Amino acid sequence: MAVAITTAASAEARARPGRRRLRALLRRPTFVVSALIVLWWVGAAATWRLFGLNPYVNTGHINLAPGWHQLLGTDSLGRSVFARTLAGADTALLVGAFGCLLATVLGSALGVIAGYFRGWVDTAFMRLFDVLVVLPPLIFLIVVVEAFGASVPALIVIIGVVFAPGIARIIRAAVLAEMGKKYVTTAKVQGESAARIMARELVPNVLPTIVIQATLSLAAAILMTATLSFLGLGAQPPSPDWGLVINENRVYLESAWWSVVFPAVAVGSLVVATQLVADNLKEVWS
Amino acid sequence: MTDAPAVQVRGLVVSYRGRSGPVTAVRDLDLTIAPGESYGLVGESGSGKSTAAMTLTRYLPPGTGVTAAELSVAGTGVLALDTPALRRFRAGALSVVYQEPGLALDPTMTVGRQIEEVYRLHGAGRAQARARTRAAIERVRLSPAGQIAKRYPHELSGGQQQRIVIAMALASEPRLLILDEPTTGLDSRVETEIMALIDGLRAELGFASILISHNLPLIAAHCQRIGVLEGGVLVEEGAAADVLLAPRHPYTRSLIAALPDINAVRPPRPAADTAQGPLVTVEHLTKRFQQKAALSDVSFTIGRAEALGLVGESGSGKTTLGLSLAGLTSYDGTITFHTEDRRRGRRTLPRVQVVFQNADSSLNPRRSVRQVLARSIELLGGDQTVEELANRTGVGPDLLAKLPHELSGGQKQRVAIARAFAGPVPLVICDEPTSALDVSSQARLLDLLAELQDRTGVSYLFISHDLAVVRQVSDRIGVLYDGELVELKAAEEIFRHPEHPYTRSLVDSALALRQAQAPSPAPAPAPDFGGVARAD
Repeated sequence: MAVAITTAASAEARARPGRRRLRALLRRPTFVVSALIVLWWVGAAATWRLFGLNPYVNTGHINLAPGWHQLLGTDSLGRSVFARTLAGADTALLVGAFGCLLATVLGSALGVIAGYFRGWVDTAFMRLFDVLVVLPPLIFLIVVVEAFGASVPALIVIIGVVFAPGIARIIRAAVLAEMGKKYVTTAKVQGESAARIMARELVPNVLPTIVIQATLSLAAAILMTATLSFLGLGAQPPSPDWGLVINENRVYLESAWWSVVFPAVAVGSLVVATQLVADNLKEVWS
Repeated sequence: MTDAPAVQVRGLVVSYRGRSGPVTAVRDLDLTIAPGESYGLVGESGSGKSTAAMTLTRYLPPGTGVTAAELSVAGTGVLALDTPALRRFRAGALSVVYQEPGLALDPTMTVGRQIEEVYRLHGAGRAQARARTRAAIERVRLSPAGQIAKRYPHELSGGQQQRIVIAMALASEPRLLILDEPTTGLDSRVETEIMALIDGLRAELGFASILISHNLPLIAAHCQRIGVLEGGVLVEEGAAADVLLAPRHPYTRSLIAALPDINAVRPPRPAADTAQGPLVTVEHLTKRFQQKAALSDVSFTIGRAEALGLVGESGSGKTTLGLSLAGLTSYDGTITFHTEDRRRGRRTLPRVQVVFQNADSSLNPRRSVRQVLARSIELLGGDQTVEELANRTGVGPDLLAKLPHELSGGQKQRVAIARAFAGPVPLVICDEPTSALDVSSQARLLDLLAELQDRTGVSYLFISHDLAVVRQVSDRIGVLYDGELVELKAAEEIFRHPEHPYTRSLVDSALALRQAQAPSPAPAPAPDFGGVARAD
């Protein structure tokens, strides 16, 4: 029968799906550039200490323009803008990435549970999410930060809770689509447990959606972190956090533009690059 | 009517870019269809039959390469047309009727408006278009035309939708009508009606038609000439009766041999152990969806090692019945299994397994065949290894490492069957297990099911809309009509003495579709293009 015909073609096809997608991604210039930018900032956050950069020390020159001596100039307190900009990736990525990770785990779990059980569980979760989703996130965040303080762990938890409902809704929709497929019914008929159906049958099949949502939320979470510190609710001086630095130096926009523009470019590039990575993943994956 | 043949194709080659280099879908095809002739293209899925027909419309996915010495429809050379001419050609010379009428209609427009649009595009005024639409709806035997025109597609049945699509296709008075599996997915009764309608309209309007199908009896009954495609090559061509009764090519012979013979019954098996009583007793089973009863007061038994066939049109409640037995839906009434519970640890092992129609969705796309079978053996308390199970169910050992998307439809369904037989389950429900497959895969699967039953003594509830298929596997056949079990008797008896009018219509249409198989020499049309060949 057709066995002989399919084997030759499929041995190849099986080895590929992952690699084929990766190759498709690498052929997209927007993906390559954005991924490099993200990697650059991740690298900066992880390694700036190793290069002996000190974002806190006064170099002795105040508001020095970018040049040979100081690559990106110095700020009003004589600190190196270059060192501070690289070091700022630290907090942005710490809170953004872990907050987003928490949101993804929480949101996916709730979404899968709601989609699998439906009925009152689903209704309860979804109405709760409706409430959380209509709250203006920034105002909500400000209130919560005022109440619980602005430590890094607190920020991570808050970001996680704020972003989880949006992810949960999308994962739930993806799960509902999978639930219509007969492999789930078959697993039930075979007596598979609910937990195992969710973990082994459903999650692998909605994983692409989960990864895409995680990346999209990462961009939003980074922007949110920067916003909070800009408003003085996140990192506190003398932290080199981008949002905080932009706020501190915005009065010098005319006299020392470099102390504002470089951290702003940093936030912008990281957020846009992350978003583009997510977009590319979405297009290639689906 | 012009004297040019409706279709004239010489040396057609169609290829497209595959993942690993170019794939030739159609190879060196020659095809001539006379005006008014009905031509049938048969072949299994992937044989290039749809590609060949769609080439006539020059509507193919980008990246498809088409070369031909000649490719003309009603005297127009299709390959040479520029964009505006191609538009005019598509609007006037030919029409296509697809498999899924529900997808061919715009869900946000009334069907009347959609037909009117075609007339308007051909230059009719508003009032004129409306009048013609009415006439067109009447012509496809839908009435009252005025009311039908005001309905939205979802308010019509599948058969009615397909009639509307046909009315729309004929609105442009085409010379050629391409019918791409027009009745797949419809009940056999509706299928007979639609095909009779098309035959009648062809006689009345004189268009030529190409009927594409994997259903050989259907093609034989409604086409004058048949072409058999295998792997993009036309391996046999001739008058319908000749091809069917005296196939020359081995591939055609294998297709015909694989047909479920309406007269074939399952050879009598050693009488099932009746001393133990039935396996399942169903009493007063009733299921309501809101107001509508999907099942009303259905009672029957399934014997041990018995195969109970269940036929009925879509919406008759046959799937709901299967779901109730599998415990997948709530119901009123009682279903009693006369078996001892098998337990493994604290868990009661399932008593029912289901083989669904759509093997595509019944396998988790991310789990290999081996993973699927291993887990099933564990869950159903089987005592065999994956290799033994695969061997018993004809799943080749080379398939074990594969993922579902690397399997053919028949292979997937085999894995689904293997999964159901992973442990000693007393009842297996087969819900249209072969409807999505071509005839040869279907024949192989039906053999497998019969063989598994002989070996394991399992009972089947075999659900299908195809009486011929049901007859091949079943000891008794039940007929569901509108949620009621209107007839239930031995398979033989259903055919010999159908009592209920619905059963009679089912049996009649099943026989009518396969009449062409019996030697009833249809007047074979001479393949010269002078005269107008007509369908009867």
